Amino acid sequence: MRSSVKGRGTSGLGQLIIPLVALALLVLFNLFRDPSFFSISMATNNAGNPVLSGNLISIIDSASELAIISMGMTLVTASCGGQDISVGAVGAIAGAIFVKVVLGFASINVGVVILGILACCVVTILFKMFNGTLVAVFRIQPMIATLILYSCGRSIAYWINGDATPQINSPIISAMGMTIPGIPVPTPIFAVVLVGLLLALIFRLTNTRLYSQTVGINQGAARLNGINPVATKLLSFGLLGICVAIAAVIGVARLGNLSHKTILVDIEMDAILAVAIGGNNLGGGRFRLSGSILGAYIIQMLTTTLYAMNVATVNVKAYKAIVIIVIVVAGSPVVKARLTALWNRLRSGSAGTAGKEVA
Amino acid sequence: MSVLKSSGSVRRREPLTDAQLLMTISICIFVFMYAAAMLFLGGGFLKTQQLFDLLNDNAALIIISCALTIVMIGGGINISVGGVIGLTVMACALFLNTQGDGGPLSILLTFLLALGIGLLFGIGQGALISYLEIQPFIVTLAGMFLSRGLTTILSVNPVKVAHESFTELVKTKLQIPFLGYTAKNGNLIPAKLEIGAIVAVLIVLLVYLMLRYTRLGRNIYAIGGNQASALTLGINVKRTRFLSYVLSGLLSGLAGFVFLMHKPAGNASVAMRSEMDAIAASIIGGTLLTGGVGNVIGTFFGAMILATIQKIIALSPLNDSWWQEMANGAMLGLFIMLQSVVLSRRGKGRLTLPSWLKFRKE
Repeated sequence: MRSSVKGRGTSGLGQLIIPLVALALLVLFNLFRDPSFFSISMATNNAGNPVLSGNLISIIDSASELAIISMGMTLVTASCGGQDISVGAVGAIAGAIFVKVVLGFASINVGVVILGILACCVVTILFKMFNGTLVAVFRIQPMIATLILYSCGRSIAYWINGDATPQINSPIISAMGMTIPGIPVPTPIFAVVLVGLLLALIFRLTNTRLYSQTVGINQGAARLNGINPVATKLLSFGLLGICVAIAAVIGVARLGNLSHKTILVDIEMDAILAVAIGGNNLGGGRFRLSGSILGAYIIQMLTTTLYAMNVATVNVKAYKAIVIIVIVVAGSPVVKARLTALWNRLRSGSAGTAGKEVA
Repeated sequence: MSVLKSSGSVRRREPLTDAQLLMTISICIFVFMYAAAMLFLGGGFLKTQQLFDLLNDNAALIIISCALTIVMIGGGINISVGGVIGLTVMACALFLNTQGDGGPLSILLTFLLALGIGLLFGIGQGALISYLEIQPFIVTLAGMFLSRGLTTILSVNPVKVAHESFTELVKTKLQIPFLGYTAKNGNLIPAKLEIGAIVAVLIVLLVYLMLRYTRLGRNIYAIGGNQASALTLGINVKRTRFLSYVLSGLLSGLAGFVFLMHKPAGNASVAMRSEMDAIAASIIGGTLLTGGVGNVIGTFFGAMILATIQKIIALSPLNDSWWQEMANGAMLGLFIMLQSVVLSRRGKGRLTLPSWLKFRKE
């Protein structure tokens, strides 16, 4: 316990060391394997518009949904000390609502799309409030409480549309999922930046960050100090809901259709991994959003690297697992303590002051 | 061991009583549901074979639910059980097909292979979780990815077992004539119970006895209930936690073999998402994710409730996979609320953080 308190006292950037090293190793590995891996070129898409293309762009682009959801997941993890495993299923519901609203109008214009996104946000916030109420009011473990929607969410998504894969074809939708004509950077990247800025703004202007950390570290103490734990937890679930809605809209826009079985599939597992790889404690409390975002890009980079090495899609999981184990072992408290002790011994040894204890 | 005979006089500990209450609720719901199915659906539900089929079809689920109950009582979680089943089934199917038409020896080797895979996963995950203090969710998630990935590396295409003795073994069923029914042509068709179902029931009993009467079982309850006081009592917390994961790995391997005996074919999607069913079965049976509370008999009935829902929906006009998922979700929600209400009414509503999520620093 003491070491975590100490870590908070020093810089707080310490938790980013392992993900940064992992990312650097991945970059180096790719540079040695194939120096052209990171080359970025200008190409034209089917519509004749210029787009940036290259592995780096595709990594940053396709990690967008994961990065957005991991940000929300970090907040829920921090305040509730548990994870929401229903994000993929609720994302499917959100996608279904978006498709339903947008296809309900005769023509698809910007207003309709914005209405669809808003409807999407409202619905996901409602579903997340259900989860949040179970967690905050009924004090059920987050993983168990969200298991309910995890097991039936995709069925609800199917039921909303009554069709396996509804299609939406519209230039606006494809601009949201791919690129806006004239801007060569894929749109989902802007969505990540937008959500990141939004959360940063919320953290800067309100006490949300402090409150959710406090509730996560010691709920009783937080309550005695005048923080409402129930409201704080519900707020974090609400913010996760907005993240899920945006990720779902990107997911639908990317493909131009909705498949309730495959949209955002298994993203809950990847999001939890991203939070853990980013050095955040899954037991709640102190958190860094940047760590989780970094974690999301590490996961995507790993996947893309494996694809580039001609590993079959279905086999990627096995190699991914091995790398994940290496990362979490390096970040485990026991290994960390050993390494710190070793480092201190080396430093004091080289300075010639063996007796001096390094605080 | 003498307490085995006089279990009535054993002093009941407080956590067990909670589990027993929740277990009783789940047994009542199972009986009620089955009776309702008999009344309103009739047909198959009036035959003993239907009950046996629930066991036959869900033997592997029952075994991994036991595996999860052990880990959850110890305050941990294991979501790799479904993946380990998939890997075991695939590896065993491939191995059997290389054995020509070998006799019982090759089946024994296959059985050992299944247990070996489970054991390896159990030891690896247990060591990472208890000795390196990494969060169980992440370790077993990696275990799930690894086992699923290895399954497809072994073979992407479905592998059907063409081993003669094993096919014989699959067909071997315990026939109980007096529980059978008379077919339309007047022949008596005996009720059939598969070997896997018998194994599953035996495992439930063994795990129950293990958790209740052995030192390891008691220690698992202790570390799940309160890790700090377990440590002060001189319990080797790390070894106990390690052993609970080894046991759950071993049971997953066994479940894989049982699965193969029910459906003798390996496939990349075998037992997909079954870990969540197993968690649901444990919860419905009265196990708390916080640890220290749980009962494997309840878990058995939890699995049976899920199986019955599946069967009822298959036989009713709502035969759609999404209806089944919704019913499972609703059932799970009902039980979770029920547990919360029951426990808070008994003054135990303050569910704290499960120990596996806490930052473990002795």
